[in-house]
Amino acid sequence: MVSVKILGSGCAKCKILNAKVLDLVAKNNLPATVTKVEDLMEIMKYGILSTPGLVINEKVKSVGTIPKDEQILIWMNEG
Amino acid sequence: MKELAVKNKLGIAILMLPIWVALYLSLDWITRIIVYSFLSLPEDEHLTKAIYFFIFEVPKVLLLLTLIVFVVGIIRTYFSPEKTRAALEGKPLFVGNIMASSLGIVTPFCSCSAIPLFLGFVEAGIPLGVTFSFLIAAPMINEVAIVLLFGLFGWETALLYVSTGLIIAISAGWVIGKLKMERYVEDWVYKIKTDHTAVEEEHLTFGDRIDRGVEAIKDVVGKVWLYIMIGIAVGAGVHGFVPENFMASIMGKDVWWSVPLSVLIGIPMYSNAAGIIPIVQALIGKGASLGTALAFMMSVIGLSLPEMIILKKVLKIQLIAAFAGIVGIGIMIVGYIFNFIY
Repeated sequence: MVSVKILGSGCAKCKILNAKVLDLVAKNNLPATVTKVEDLMEIMKYGILSTPGLVINEKVKSVGTIPKDEQILIWMNEG
Repeated sequence: MKELAVKNKLGIAILMLPIWVALYLSLDWITRIIVYSFLSLPEDEHLTKAIYFFIFEVPKVLLLLTLIVFVVGIIRTYFSPEKTRAALEGKPLFVGNIMASSLGIVTPFCSCSAIPLFLGFVEAGIPLGVTFSFLIAAPMINEVAIVLLFGLFGWETALLYVSTGLIIAISAGWVIGKLKMERYVEDWVYKIKTDHTAVEEEHLTFGDRIDRGVEAIKDVVGKVWLYIMIGIAVGAGVHGFVPENFMASIMGKDVWWSVPLSVLIGIPMYSNAAGIIPIVQALIGKGASLGTALAFMMSVIGLSLPEMIILKKVLKIQLIAAFAGIVGIGIMIVGYIFNFIY
């Protein structure tokens, strides 16, 4: 089971990334739990300065950008 | 294989440049053909002038914007809020203010991320005044405003805007630092602990950077093109139909209250810099003074109500008021100075 977290509260890119990850997981039948983290205290624990943040298995993979589909899939398969 | 892809991308980018230059240089010629030959509009009429202005200025500004946003998009891949924070750590006031304001121009920033950035800076021990210098410069001095000012006013005004914007960001941040307003930050902010090492630096190839530049074009130009078209359409209407000196009694240099009023009106207007600048440019032709117009644009772009509402989560109202007041006064001083000089 891969744990995926999308960090970010209000920003437009955060919503896009969240939808994208959910879509990728559904399309590829990936065993993953996807959570959108909106609590500021929780977000700040990951040390990011801009949103959205993409966290896979508790590792920050990208900050402030929407990564490409293939890249997200590679990260998720690495676990 | 990867290197080939990079070379191809770079090659395409370099090939586009002469096409861009050719288009840019022939805009006047193309516009004349469309307006006089194709539409066969009569010369020297108000409507013809307005249509000419629109057909010429819209592609000109969009071409400039595409090029600049692409270049800035690539430059920004070399900067990140995390690197900026590392650079600012341990810097004293003033030196810190200058660095924060300058880095504010090139660091990728979205006001929607103002809170995590503020928290991260404070947690790293960066002084409040230095943090504010960044938060003032980052939205105020942006490539869209610079392109529009350059395209519609000329390089002098664009340079004036950037340099006075920098001076405001540096001095307002310095003043906020001197006022020792740390107690007006919400208490929970100081309890936050973050893991600085959690974010690894990205390893980007030059091809990735070019991709980011292209993404920036889609993102920024996709967002503002409509505002630019509407702004230039209104500006064209003003050019063609509003009588000369119409604005002199409202935004003229001899009307002392025009500067503070412009700043006040500018605060609730937000994110429409792309639409506002063409209209302001047209108003200057109708007797509005440069100082007043500059103050108005700075207020629209630099002081935004939504950003203040976002910052309310982490700042007490006194600090937000001080921030808006100090930046507002800075903008007014700039307005009065330019009304006095010109």
